[in-house]
Amino acid sequence: MTPTLAVDGLSVRFRLRDATVHAVTDLSLTLHRGELLAVVGESGCGKSVLAHAVLGLLPANATVTGTATLHPDGAPPVQLIGAGERQLRTLRGRYIGLVPQSPATSLTPVRTGRALLTETLRVHGRLPANADQVAEEAGLDPHDLDRYPFELSGGMAQRLATALALAPDPGVLLADEPTAGLDRPLVDHTLDLLRRRCDAGTAVLLITHDLTAARRVADTVAVMYASRIAEHRPADDLFAAPSHPYTAALLDALPDRAFRPIPGHPPMLTALPPGCPFAPRCTQADDACTALPTTTHGTACHHPLTPAGAA
Amino acid sequence: MTDRPGLAAHDITVSYGRHTVLDRVSLRVEPGETVGLRGPSGCGKSTLLRVLALLHRPDHGHVTLDGVAVTGARHTVPATTRIRIGVLFQNPRSAADPRLSLTDLIAEPLRAMHRPPDAVATRVAELAEATGLTTDLLRRQPHAVSDGQLQRACLARALAHHPDYLLCDEATTMLDASTQAHVAAVITDHQHRHNTGVILVTHDPALIHRWAHRIIDWPPTGT
Repeated sequence: MTPTLAVDGLSVRFRLRDATVHAVTDLSLTLHRGELLAVVGESGCGKSVLAHAVLGLLPANATVTGTATLHPDGAPPVQLIGAGERQLRTLRGRYIGLVPQSPATSLTPVRTGRALLTETLRVHGRLPANADQVAEEAGLDPHDLDRYPFELSGGMAQRLATALALAPDPGVLLADEPTAGLDRPLVDHTLDLLRRRCDAGTAVLLITHDLTAARRVADTVAVMYASRIAEHRPADDLFAAPSHPYTAALLDALPDRAFRPIPGHPPMLTALPPGCPFAPRCTQADDACTALPTTTHGTACHHPLTPAGAA
Repeated sequence: MTDRPGLAAHDITVSYGRHTVLDRVSLRVEPGETVGLRGPSGCGKSTLLRVLALLHRPDHGHVTLDGVAVTGARHTVPATTRIRIGVLFQNPRSAADPRLSLTDLIAEPLRAMHRPPDAVATRVAELAEATGLTTDLLRRQPHAVSDGQLQRACLARALAHHPDYLLCDEATTMLDASTQAHVAAVITDHQHRHNTGVILVTHDPALIHRWAHRIIDWPPTGT
């Protein structure tokens, strides 16, 4: 089956005055219709940059290499990396939606939620009268649509942003920390909403630091560490028997497990070590780890914890 | 009863305009204990913490610190009293002055209490070590560090004066699992060495069960 979105060998570099930030390195993944893929990892590991690179939303000092191919339903495939702004404008929202990380800064304060939502529906050829229904689906009381974004709480603004992303019914949905700042019932509501969209055929990429959220809804999980994917496997397998020592250590930090922090700190993205980036913090590390591991059975490790072929 | 040690809010009522946020709520934390407070979004948990931190004057009711009533808010409460209560907020981006380096951020409360420069430097180094901030990170401004790194700097700032009480308002919600466990370990270590009373506001059930000694559901009514 052709994936809806195929990312291959994606790398993103940011040039600073005196350094280069390696935000995403040689990253490959595929996303199919009806699949919910969670990308998890520590803050600053490159998760959000991945979403912004795919949408062509990175600032001018970014250099992007590799490919990201979108296969829209009933249309020829489109190469997103390097596509012109004009072409991207026809794709964003309609074919790839984004639920942004901080709605407070991405919603214009001078227009009401209803004005934003009806415009989105009209531009994408849907009935503006559906606004109430779309809002309700995202867990937002339709009465709150008549308020301005700054009159909404963080959770309400987040639900408005979700409603705006869902309105054009895109085939691919990128959700960048859609549950940040919500309390547990609302987190569950938002996750279940994404899951239902997914079951209806949408491909969802959920970017989150919340492992509990990923465990609740994801089909597959990609764990990012220091700009690379450390482990990418089916969610059930990964949570039951993590294969990469980093995944195992991250799960051990959960309060319902050992509640034990990983010793040390992730490397700076401006000065990544030449070998395995996790080696300095890893209990399994030896001489082999000074070389970059290849990815086998979804795990980029010289000493995976689960036997080869188990995944 | 009033001279028992502890930080307590008694019969607090707070209204914003015609909207009553807190209606006669009471809460106490004793030295050395961790109280977990849970309740739905928007119920007034954060307002109650602001009252306890002496940042907001309630319409009715009062706050006692080790049995002594501390009334008023901000300028009417002496800094020597307020410095005994540390606060750690959910979002470090809105709790940190974007112009300060992390060193200055952590040193600010120490300088405000007129500690000598060498004592400030020593204490900042201690705190940086405990919270895992490297010399390179300490030189940077908030925009050049991650949320997790900035929250660790805010934690160092909150602990700078060895507060007797520490109020954490969803302080680890934005953090990844490892940073969350690290922040919890630093706070627990401080609590063990200085008998700190900690109030933890969170809606993560696993976290509250793991961390809190005593769990209180909203609205809190007992002291």
